[in-house]
Amino acid sequence: MKLSVNGESHEVNLPEDMPILWTLRDVLGMTGTKFGCGKALCGACTVMLDGQPIRSCSTPISAAQGKQITTVEAVSKDKVGQAIQQAWVELGVPQCGYCQSGQVVSATALLRDNPNPSDADIDNAMSGNICRCGTYNRIRDAIKLAATNNGGAQ
Amino acid sequence: MNTSLKNESLQTEITNISRRNLLKGFALTGFVLAVGMPFSGFAEDEEAPKYGRDAMPHGWVDNPLIFVAIAEDGSVTIVSHRSEMGQGVRTSLPMVVADELEADWEKVKVIQAPGDEERYGNQDTDGSRSVRHFFMPMRNVGAAARMMLEAAAAAHWGVGVDEVFAENHQIKHRPSGKVLGYGELAKAAAALDVPERETLRLKNPDQFRYIGKQSTKLIDGEDIVTGKAIYGIDVQVDGMVHAVIARPPVYGGKVKSFDDSEALKVPGVIKVVLLKGSPPPAVFNPLGGVAVIAENTWAAMQGREKLKIEWDHGENASYNTDEYRQKMLEAASSSGGKVLRSSGDVAKALETADKTYKADYYIPHLSQAPMEPPVATARIQNGKCEVWAPTQAPQASKDTVAKWLEMSPEDVTIHVTLLGGGFGRKSKPDYLVEAALLSRAMQGRAVQVTWSREDDIHNGYLHTVSIEHLEAAVNADGKATAWLHRTVAPSISSTFDASSVHQMPIELGMGVMNIPFAIDNVQIENPEAKAHTRIGWFRSVANIPRAFAIQSFIAEMAHDLDRDHKAFLLELIGPARKINPVELNDEWNYGESPEKYPLDTGRLRRVVEAVCEKANWGRDLPAGRGLGLATHYSFVSYTAAIVEVEVSEDGELTIPRMDIAVDCGPQVNPERIRSQMEGACIMGVSLATVGEISFKDGAVEQDNFDSYQVTRMNESPREIHVHLLPADDFNTPLGGVGEPGLPPIAPAICNAIFAATGKRIRNLPIRYQLES
Repeated sequence: MKLSVNGESHEVNLPEDMPILWTLRDVLGMTGTKFGCGKALCGACTVMLDGQPIRSCSTPISAAQGKQITTVEAVSKDKVGQAIQQAWVELGVPQCGYCQSGQVVSATALLRDNPNPSDADIDNAMSGNICRCGTYNRIRDAIKLAATNNGGAQ
Repeated sequence: MNTSLKNESLQTEITNISRRNLLKGFALTGFVLAVGMPFSGFAEDEEAPKYGRDAMPHGWVDNPLIFVAIAEDGSVTIVSHRSEMGQGVRTSLPMVVADELEADWEKVKVIQAPGDEERYGNQDTDGSRSVRHFFMPMRNVGAAARMMLEAAAAAHWGVGVDEVFAENHQIKHRPSGKVLGYGELAKAAAALDVPERETLRLKNPDQFRYIGKQSTKLIDGEDIVTGKAIYGIDVQVDGMVHAVIARPPVYGGKVKSFDDSEALKVPGVIKVVLLKGSPPPAVFNPLGGVAVIAENTWAAMQGREKLKIEWDHGENASYNTDEYRQKMLEAASSSGGKVLRSSGDVAKALETADKTYKADYYIPHLSQAPMEPPVATARIQNGKCEVWAPTQAPQASKDTVAKWLEMSPEDVTIHVTLLGGGFGRKSKPDYLVEAALLSRAMQGRAVQVTWSREDDIHNGYLHTVSIEHLEAAVNADGKATAWLHRTVAPSISSTFDASSVHQMPIELGMGVMNIPFAIDNVQIENPEAKAHTRIGWFRSVANIPRAFAIQSFIAEMAHDLDRDHKAFLLELIGPARKINPVELNDEWNYGESPEKYPLDTGRLRRVVEAVCEKANWGRDLPAGRGLGLATHYSFVSYTAAIVEVEVSEDGELTIPRMDIAVDCGPQVNPERIRSQMEGACIMGVSLATVGEISFKDGAVEQDNFDSYQVTRMNESPREIHVHLLPADDFNTPLGGVGEPGLPPIAPAICNAIFAATGKRIRNLPIRYQLES
């Protein structure tokens, strides 16, 4: 099976129902994408599949055939992703930081789709991503800052 | 102290640290200021009682040769010996060193110490102690290193040391304007004696570059947002295999029999291993069970699903939290429990009072549920074991792994990774032992044990379950005359002594014994409560139920008396005074000296007054909205919160705004204090609104974040305002930061709900109680 991750093609010989998460982490050695629940409940494992945020812990590699997987490691290749990462650092969003891979990917996907999200849009896009440290308010502020820096919100 | 240092050995040592920790970017091109033997700062007088950092196992170390390395390129490497779990310690303590060292933060790298308390001093990262205990030692470290650089420069120029000074990574010669960089001086400075502690010239606070300022960037921030940061689960060791374990669902249970034939057929599964159970007390022992080892985590999980296991559940199989709650209520309803503090005559005062109040408050078990579940990787080679893990307790990890492997602790190395959250769960090294035992079962091959979220929720070291029973009396003038508190909860001590049924001083010192109220008749009792699961510590620990009960009860009384809650609360606290905790029978006082850290009601009043002012207490609100107030003293810090809630007609709760005021003494890293308070607010919402672990037939009923819910962004407060109250100066004793924000949140929410709806919540979580 062929997997395209961050623009690189990988040939893997794995069961087709194996989740993208464990393929990335344990087979390809890409550990930026995190395990949090295994049931698409917490968002720590969020990656983009053809630009759409998905929970990689519950998406089999068969669903990624012919599609592009983008992980947190490649978010900075994208102008919107860079703006998100810069805003995260500038506002000191992370505490333990473990969920932030997923938060950054979800926020990047949101902002690419919607350059000027409302509070309700942010809630809708981000409420699948749990942060146990409680960084939600800074995440919201950072998304707005990134939107502004990226020419979206005023 | 060791003054004859060899550069070769230093280089090896530091290189080893960086390689062993697998944290990227630490390759030093040169060496250092050096590495020597630790000199610990224990108080000289062995007879005197020890407090604070002096009383912690292995005390503290302030030798710059242990903590600082300066390479020839000028980069400064600072060792963080405390574990990073989101509280910001890898930024805050190295920042203190960098400040006294006059180092440029952009040139600072931080490496994580392995578990070795003899070398680094205490590493047990809990109790809101890291900055509180290590602010001064880390100032000493930075100042000593700076003075060594100054001395080296003075010698180089042949001038008096009083003619030179350090400024932003350079030593300058005042008369001539000559300048030398830290990198140029590192080698010469390393050869000098470390100045005696008594001779250190510390900065004046007005010279601080980073301490007390808002601007220091998080040391791991960029690695985190780019996915490069290495947590326990991200460790990769050559030849590593992956394991998951089916553990006994009931505390004290064990495997009766198992059939692994189907599990072994799963592609990728390598081996199935039976792990012996540990009878209670749990201590830090692994629970035993059946481990499936595979080529990847997913295959191990698939294999585990195919195991057929028959369990012997043992004597806790009858644990049902519904029934247990009734038992606790019965225990709380009558006297006869252990009396812990008694002044005046509470029974008489209650009998003869004009008015009395009585209420029971319940908080269920809670799971810390850090986003990174417990995980550890172990390898055994040449009779030595290495473990990589996110642990709050590096030394306990080393000792416990050594015990289980029957090795000497010197042959066990604990590499501490970043922690994807801890909240107390990762203070218990049971999961490191599992990895070590499985590595041994694999002839020393590296094994990574990953706990699934279900494992984390089913087999935790939970926050206790509790009933706090309160009674009070008031006289005809509405003044409180009696206070009776019966606290009923299985104790953390049961985790170390299975026969324990009473709480221990550290739990009793969390808001039960040390209530500061100006009331003549006070009695505090602790009826028995037996534990039926592993009880551990959860951020803020026993302060959570005590603040919930006491701060709710006071609001209930104020309402009944038709008094303003704030005014009534301040009246109960009474005038500003410094209470010696010993007078309250509080033997613990968070481990701090009762003289240096009295319970200061003036500071408690100040946080209440400040939060009321900032949140505009008493402001008009539309129908369906209400304000709630609560305060609490914990970890030698003072906090007060005001929550604004809105409850819709069908009972939906939203939180438009929260204000929290904190007085934690001097603020070393205000930016991280704010983030800790914000996080505490949200964790407080979580446990107040949805947090509950319940048991049926001895086993936890919840499985994952669907049934054990935690607050999400759409449910979190729309605004959080943190108000940091300044200390007089940096000589004031420091308070804790990581935990004190949490206790007042739940009662403030419930008091706000009462203000909005007239509905009083005495049992957490709130969940569906607002639906009419």
